[in-house]
Amino acid sequence: MTASLPPLDDLIACPQCDTLHQAQDLPPGSKAHCSRCGVLLMTSKPEAVARILALAITAFILMIAAVSFPFLSLDAGGLTNATSVIDAVLAFRDGLAFPLAVAVAFFIIVIPLMRLSALIYALGPLVRNAAPRSYARAAFTLAERLRPWSMAEIFIVGVTVALIKVAGLAAVTIGPAFWAFAGVVVITVLKDQMICRYSIWEMLDKAEA
Amino acid sequence: MSARKAGLVACRSCGQVHQLGSTVCKRCGGPLQSRDEQSLQKVWAWLIAGIIAYIPANVYPMLLTSTLIERSESTIIGGVVELVDYGSYGVAAIVFIASVMIPIGKFVAVGYLALSIQYGWNDRQHQRHRAYEVVEFIGRWSMIDVFVVAILSALVQLETIATINPGIAAVSFALSVIFTMLAAQAFDSRLIWDADRTTT
Ligand SMILES: [Zn+2]
Ligand SMILES: [Zn+2]
Repeated sequence: MTASLPPLDDLIACPQCDTLHQAQDLPPGSKAHCSRCGVLLMTSKPEAVARILALAITAFILMIAAVSFPFLSLDAGGLTNATSVIDAVLAFRDGLAFPLAVAVAFFIIVIPLMRLSALIYALGPLVRNAAPRSYARAAFTLAERLRPWSMAEIFIVGVTVALIKVAGLAAVTIGPAFWAFAGVVVITVLKDQMICRYSIWEMLDKAEA
Repeated sequence: MSARKAGLVACRSCGQVHQLGSTVCKRCGGPLQSRDEQSLQKVWAWLIAGIIAYIPANVYPMLLTSTLIERSESTIIGGVVELVDYGSYGVAAIVFIASVMIPIGKFVAVGYLALSIQYGWNDRQHQRHRAYEVVEFIGRWSMIDVFVVAILSALVQLETIATINPGIAAVSFALSVIFTMLAAQAFDSRLIWDADRTTT
């Protein structure tokens, strides 16, 4: 049965519906969709990896700034309360809610940082045309698998809603960490849109050969 | 033609195609399964857990507010009503969509998808696949309200004037979102297309 099929490495199966396609070299800037379910299979942007890496490094630095600098502060009736991103996590530290503090820490800080470090680790050598590092594949798989659990963008929308809620109650000052965090979100969205899993796996294969 | 019909199995994380019967992807090292046989069981288990966790999330308070004059507790719906009273219709809509419409829509959509596989429905593959994609994409956004509670509780700590603390509903709501995300991830979308005989 397989005799009639092209070599397995030239095939690509849709991850969503299992339809087989013959992999082709796409002209730069074009996209290939699944012929049955329409899911995006691959994009061709030869220069994308260098950009993804640059964005990941920028986002990593901004994320460190976002957890170190003051995030928001509240003034009312002579009292002031400054809040960092860490304080938002620690809001759930008491009693039964403690596991939620751990979960929130993962969703908004730990997982985004893990994804960024894994990408930088896996893609760094590719950009320099060097051989991939020994766990580059595992790192890239991890970065992709953690994608749904990285919720920085949802957090920033939550913060905006919270700001509108307290606007009537007290004066809020927005600190540099807020803008750093917003920067992380914008960059992460841009970066994730550029990632074509298939091309990155191809590059990892070629770099190793 | 599907990889399964061709006697092949594809890796879902990297796209590499292997002979049927291979269990580990040679490219990324991930596990290979032609179809996830336990998919429906896992989907139902996580979905039911998500629905159960959603009930206390609506009954108990999300926020405990105390000010100089009063102490109050607000539930998810209570928080939306408060926002409407303040005239913040846009924000009220965001919270209502994220905390009520998305979770309930997700329960219905995931339940419908699981039933459609269980009874082998052979139509509307495209609509069902679209529903699956929407659920996968949008489900995480329900977490907004949990983050609102986190930031409000951290920010509004002004001793005697006003303090806000998280209520227990925040925990069950977060659990509900996590469980339904796991339900959607356990769903093997390739099963939608298996009953499809119009394309071979
Ligand atoms: Zn497809
Ligand atoms: Zn693989």
